[in-house]
Amino acid sequence: MAAAGPSVFLLMVNGQVESAEFPEYDDLYCKYCFVYGQDWAPTAGLEEGISQIASKSQDVRRALVWNFPIDVTFKSTNPYGWPQIVLSVYGPDVFGNDVVRGYGAVHVPFSPGRYRRTIPMFVPESTSTLQKFTSWFMGRRPEYTDPKVVAQGEGREVTRVRSQGFVTLLFNVVTKDMRKLGYDTGPQSILGLSPAQGIPP
Amino acid sequence: MNPREEKVKIITEEFTENEEHADVGRRKKNSKAQRRQRKKQPPTTDPEDMVSEKSHNGSQQEPAQEEPETHLLGMTAKRGPRSLPPIPSASRTGFAEFSMRERMREKLQAARSKAESALLQEIPIPKPRRLRSPSSRELETEFGTEPGKEVQGTQQEDSQSYSRVKFRDPVRKTKSKTQAPPGFPSAEEAYNFFTFNFDPEPEELEGKKQIKGRDGSDQEEESGEELPVQGERKWFGDDGRILALPSPIKPFSSRPPLFTPAQSIKAELETLYKKAVKYVHSSQHMIGSGDPPGNFQLDIDISGLIFTHHPCFSREHVLASKLAQLYDQYLARHQRNKAKFLTDKLQALRNAVQTGLDPEKLHQPLDTTQKTINEYKSEIRQTRKLRDAEQERDRTLLKTIIKVWKEMKSLREFQRFTNTPLKLVLKKEKVDKKADEEVYEAEIQAEIRELLEEHTEAYEQKMEEYRTSHQQWKAWKKAQRAKKKKKKQAAEEDLDEETEELPAEEGPVKPIPPEPTDPAAIEQRVRERAAHSRRRPGEPMLVPELSLAGSVTPNDQCPRVEVLRRDDVKRRSVYLKVLFNSKEVSRTVSRQLGPDFRVHFGQIFNLQIFNWPESLTLQVYETVGYSSTSLLAEVFLPIPETTVVTGRAPTEEVEFSSNQHVTLDHEGVGSGVPFSFEADGSNQLILMTSGKVSHSVAWAIGENGIPLIPPLSHQNIGCRSALKRADAISSIGTSGLTDMKKLAKWAAESKLDPNDPSNAPLMQLISVATSGESYVPDFFRLEQLQQEFNFISDEELNRSKRFRLLHLRNQEVPEFRNYKQIPAYDREIMEKIFQDYEKRLRDRNVIETKDHVDTHRAMVAKYLQQVRESVVNRFLIAKHHFLLTDLVVEEEVPNISILGTSLFKLAEQKRPLRPRRKGRKKVTAQNLSDGDIKLLVNIVRAYDIPVRKPTASKFQQPSRSSRTFSEKHVTSPSPHSPTPSADFPLSQVLVRPFVEVSFQRTICHTTTAEGPNPSWNEELELPFRAPNGDYSTASLQSVKDDVYINIFDEVVYDILEDDRERGSGIHTRIERHWLGCVKIPFSTIYFQARVDGTFKIDIPPVLLGYSKERNMFMERGFDAVRSLSDGSYITLFITIEPQLVPGESVREKFESQEDEKLLQATEKFQAECALKFPNRRCLTTVIDISGKTVFITRYLKPLNPPQELLNFYPDNQQATAELVARYVSLIPFLPDTVSFAGICDLWSTSDQFLDLLAGDEEEHAVLLCNYFLWLGKKAWLLMGSAIPEGPTAYVLTWEKNHYLIWNPCSGHFYGQFDTFCPLKSVGCLIGPDNVWFNIQQYDSPLRINFDVTKPKLWKSFFSRSLPYPGLSSVQPEELIYQRTDKAAAAELQDRIEKILKEKIMDWRPRYLTRWNRYCTSTLRHFLPLLESSQGEDVEDDHQAELLKQLGDYRLSGFPLHMPYSEVKPLIEAVYSTGVHNIDVPNVEFALAVYIHPYPKNVLSVWIYVASLVRNR
Repeated sequence: MAAAGPSVFLLMVNGQVESAEFPEYDDLYCKYCFVYGQDWAPTAGLEEGISQIASKSQDVRRALVWNFPIDVTFKSTNPYGWPQIVLSVYGPDVFGNDVVRGYGAVHVPFSPGRYRRTIPMFVPESTSTLQKFTSWFMGRRPEYTDPKVVAQGEGREVTRVRSQGFVTLLFNVVTKDMRKLGYDTGPQSILGLSPAQGIPP
Repeated sequence: MNPREEKVKIITEEFTENEEHADVGRRKKNSKAQRRQRKKQPPTTDPEDMVSEKSHNGSQQEPAQEEPETHLLGMTAKRGPRSLPPIPSASRTGFAEFSMRERMREKLQAARSKAESALLQEIPIPKPRRLRSPSSRELETEFGTEPGKEVQGTQQEDSQSYSRVKFRDPVRKTKSKTQAPPGFPSAEEAYNFFTFNFDPEPEELEGKKQIKGRDGSDQEEESGEELPVQGERKWFGDDGRILALPSPIKPFSSRPPLFTPAQSIKAELETLYKKAVKYVHSSQHMIGSGDPPGNFQLDIDISGLIFTHHPCFSREHVLASKLAQLYDQYLARHQRNKAKFLTDKLQALRNAVQTGLDPEKLHQPLDTTQKTINEYKSEIRQTRKLRDAEQERDRTLLKTIIKVWKEMKSLREFQRFTNTPLKLVLKKEKVDKKADEEVYEAEIQAEIRELLEEHTEAYEQKMEEYRTSHQQWKAWKKAQRAKKKKKKQAAEEDLDEETEELPAEEGPVKPIPPEPTDPAAIEQRVRERAAHSRRRPGEPMLVPELSLAGSVTPNDQCPRVEVLRRDDVKRRSVYLKVLFNSKEVSRTVSRQLGPDFRVHFGQIFNLQIFNWPESLTLQVYETVGYSSTSLLAEVFLPIPETTVVTGRAPTEEVEFSSNQHVTLDHEGVGSGVPFSFEADGSNQLILMTSGKVSHSVAWAIGENGIPLIPPLSHQNIGCRSALKRADAISSIGTSGLTDMKKLAKWAAESKLDPNDPSNAPLMQLISVATSGESYVPDFFRLEQLQQEFNFISDEELNRSKRFRLLHLRNQEVPEFRNYKQIPAYDREIMEKIFQDYEKRLRDRNVIETKDHVDTHRAMVAKYLQQVRESVVNRFLIAKHHFLLTDLVVEEEVPNISILGTSLFKLAEQKRPLRPRRKGRKKVTAQNLSDGDIKLLVNIVRAYDIPVRKPTASKFQQPSRSSRTFSEKHVTSPSPHSPTPSADFPLSQVLVRPFVEVSFQRTICHTTTAEGPNPSWNEELELPFRAPNGDYSTASLQSVKDDVYINIFDEVVYDILEDDRERGSGIHTRIERHWLGCVKIPFSTIYFQARVDGTFKIDIPPVLLGYSKERNMFMERGFDAVRSLSDGSYITLFITIEPQLVPGESVREKFESQEDEKLLQATEKFQAECALKFPNRRCLTTVIDISGKTVFITRYLKPLNPPQELLNFYPDNQQATAELVARYVSLIPFLPDTVSFAGICDLWSTSDQFLDLLAGDEEEHAVLLCNYFLWLGKKAWLLMGSAIPEGPTAYVLTWEKNHYLIWNPCSGHFYGQFDTFCPLKSVGCLIGPDNVWFNIQQYDSPLRINFDVTKPKLWKSFFSRSLPYPGLSSVQPEELIYQRTDKAAAAELQDRIEKILKEKIMDWRPRYLTRWNRYCTSTLRHFLPLLESSQGEDVEDDHQAELLKQLGDYRLSGFPLHMPYSEVKPLIEAVYSTGVHNIDVPNVEFALAVYIHPYPKNVLSVWIYVASLVRNR
């Protein structure tokens, strides 16, 4: 079998959850996890992580910087169910309860290279104003039963969300044997772009 | 087939139907495949078949085949007009209308053909469609798609039904006509005609007669054999009928009939008041009703006005305007430079001919090359002519300009003043004379050459003609001469004739040989023409330039008439009115006419409109002085296209002219009146007032850059056609695109010049159309891009194992639902992956009896399997519906009490002395994996474990070796053991029980405790593995594993052989004896989160060597005091760690046949109950096996139990009831939650239940309740919860003075106040005619009152406000029981025994398994007794007998009793007892099976297992 070529392709993702922009909140931490299809399996690295609590910088940017590294390698036989990274950001509310401040998800980029992704984050909304008040009061904001919900499309129509904040991620993607298995994800070299093209100045 | 089986089959069929309905989703997925299948079907009517069939029919004339033939012909008639070849259109400019016109024509033709179909039928011309090559047809079927075919099909159906009526006669005629010569009716036809055999239509016949009369054919002829219609093609068809259009009179009135004249006339005449309505814009021009009016804006920019003629023009002005016009013309021509273009073209053509003639470059066959060359040559000729004409025109124009200029100059000189500043300057451009001459000469030479060639060709042709004609002439001459000779001989006889004949015999004139062409003459001609039309070589090129640089003579130097004219001009002013939709919307300011007759307005009018403009008009008004205003002319402006927006619109000039007659008394030439330039008044001219308005009309652009254009209304064909002209693609439009092939073909045929700029858009269109796809189908197709999206063909998709696997996984087929990492290559996929699946598919309808031994049960199992599958499929669909709570965790709005408690909590102590138990956090079963979940079993204690009997009463002194080891030790340290008396020092035996828990082949056991009431208090931890590693809710729900809790007695034997070693060593053997078990399904634990309580241990009725009684008084008397309860009990606490969220049942509303009101009432009732007591079960409607909602009381109805059971104890009511309960309990139990994965509870009726022989508590309870009702008891169905089942159904009966609670699954009954009753709470009671909900404070049966008549305690569903409507029962009238075949039962018994023996041997692979036949036969003999006594009261006799027979054996064994469903549970049960585990070397086994058949194939199975160890 080995002579006939590889039977899986590998996708290596490293990078970091760089920073976030939550104008209203401070002292946040984030969790990340990967959601992938049935044909995918992590081979190395951590597929889940929880960051330190970061406070806003004192300068004008007021940025929350985690610089939380991601390093994981997947193997797969099928690009269907390409991994998505799911982020959820938590932080204390007025009463000190940890409440969720945002969910977001983005696919890992397909082709090798360096990418920076800024994900808009959102949280589920309370179903009524009264609920909103009580949830604020009790410190139990509505949460997704599973953060991985944000990586799937099914059933989302029943929820209402509010957008708040952005999280910036940096990905370095390396693939192996994709082309040998017949998947051409169009490397950037064809387009004549330099590897650093993905990063805005 | 017996009726029972029949019924099962019917149900099965019904069910499969339902299944189909339920699986819409799945079918959608398959729909593509279906479509494909349909596609593969041969087309219903093959055109070729049609033709062949038709010809066959035509030749062999069979009346029986008439029907299909009409059908076919009807179709061809319909198709005929469709496939008519397109009318070739040669016009290039009219191309836009081409396709449209052509389609119109086609339609017309199609319509006409309907009328003329009879005629069409007469001449069976093979239609072009049918002459297609097979390959093209194949292409059509391939792409072709049956949408088109389907449409055709429906059309055909229409036309068939239509044509069948209409075409029958013509067809019959055509058929006969093929034999008879055309125009002549066959004999049969004639016969038919005159015997009125065809459809008799009197009026037509009448008409025919009349016409015949007119024809003058008499009655005689009509009655004769020959028809009078032979030659009358005009009026009569071959069928002898008048050729006429169908009668236009409809058989029914198309107007609505007037009703009731008496009353309505008055009503109609009455004047009705109608409120005045505001003008509503006609929908044609109305733009989207939602748009605010005036949102659209049209900008009209009127920049100015120029008169090309005006009454006040002086003569000079006339000339000047003429000059200006000519100059404009010149400029235009110069810009186009047609002559240059044609010259270039000519050059190109010449080159093409040159290359074409070049022999080296010949690629094509000679004839085609020759052909193209000839074509080129003719083209050259034509182009040259055109070029010459153009050049000549250019030259004339130049000449005219110069002439007019000269005239003007002379006029100015003559009148001695100038009125216009016009000035013409002729610029001479020097040319290189030599080069010029060369070019000129070359041109001429080329032309001469070509002409010569042409002439020679023509000459040769003529020569050829001449030769042939000359030959002819010669021949004729010869003949003539010969004739003349003859004539001369005859001349003597008849001279006159000759003279007469000669002029008649003029014959062909002697052909004149054509003159050879004279090159000199041609050259002469060419040179002449060139000199005439072309610039002479060396002659400078003249470029006229018109400027307004000249000066106008001031007034004081002019004569009076001229001054008057100028004054008159000054008095005049002009303004324009803007009319929108022929309403004046604005007007320009009035401007004075300048001396150059130009008026500059420079005004922009912004028209706010909300209608699509119909017309835009400008009216030119002229005011003379202060008085009269006259309308000079009207100018119609075109409405701009939607693409024209302000800023981009070019200024256009629109000409106008007026026909007014003006005569003036000054120099002005007037208008409409003759005048002359010449002094003598000759050469008169009449000029009319005319001019040009320069303007631009455009759509305005809104603030945000959106053009304010009303959307095009589709009725506005006029506007659209204006639009179309702009762009070739849009002009052809989407409809035209379908004709793309034709268009390209036409373009190729007509040899469009690809270089012609006017053809550019067309060429572009053609290239666009032909480059992508050469074949444009002429049919409409849904999903036209489907094929483009299929990345591989369907066959390949099916062939690939990988794609198949992916597909099946996507369909959530159970076998593949959680398949991970599907390999990337086919070769890595094992074929056996599909084997199970395929086998399942294959076996769906095959009943296999291997596992089941009994065919009936096999069928039932199959059926259940199907029900399960369909329900699971339904569930899978429902699983994709989400509720908010599935996705979002949200705190509920707290009510006052919760708020209060939470406030109270604030004041609570942080660490209370008596801490409360807090609920565990529930885990959603999604991100779990193997090993995460553990099953915790806490075994607390047990009561009344059977104790060992003193070994064999036969041997008072047990042998040394067989003396139990424990006896010595156990008896002494137990001070409270009831052995104070010395009467039986050794007979006091105790028990050392331990508990073994087995779950999913994992076994854990507790330590050994002592005594019949042991207390372990131990927690056992068992890992849990979900099937396929799938921890989703659905998967967990369907876990079928059971938790077996077995209680064993640990017996330690001292096997020390040598007494001397007793002091130094211990040599014992531990044996374990099974005492009983408790079986708890995992699903129960899963759904209830924890199972906590005291359970009855399932102990076999006979335990050899053990006794259930408390045997403290054993020796004293035979009336042993029984314990309060009948059995042994164990206290357990089982839970899952972490706690799993049980899945919810499907939120699916099932259809129902119940009354809507009743359903509403049930909902209300349940809501009310749930509000008061959310934890109590309330059931009003259930779902029957076909998935319909049924009111629950319909299930309860007195039903007869088997007669056999009634005959058993004819006069003992209670015994009969118990027997019936036993019968019911013998029907195997199959929990719904397992089979239907917690989806829903399906209730089958009692007969279905008996047919299926499987069901859960509800079915058992319903059947038992129905039996009790039949027995005349007061019985209710009791819905509540019990241990360990959880929510369940029991039966409550009212005996004379007390209530009894029956467990239908075990057949046991309990008194209301029995503490060991497993029923723990009562939710509601259901009777045959009402439902009562428990609204008492408590729900434990011990503490409630079952008197349903008290409304304070029981809330009834039907009450005075809603009386019982008398619902009919869903149960059958009567249950029919078949006697079970005893022979079959016996056979089954043998088979089971054999299987079990084999299994036991398998389980002991390391030891020899010996069977003690003697013991086996004894046991076998014994089992029927057990059955007849229901396992009671036999123990002692039994024991005694066994001991008597097998005295020297140490026996341990027990009978197992269970209802029979299949073999597997029996094996499991035997295995779990662990009988086979004994490893004493000389052990022997005995196994006996007995099956007692009850009616309706209910089988009671007894298995007696024993192990024997010989005492030495």
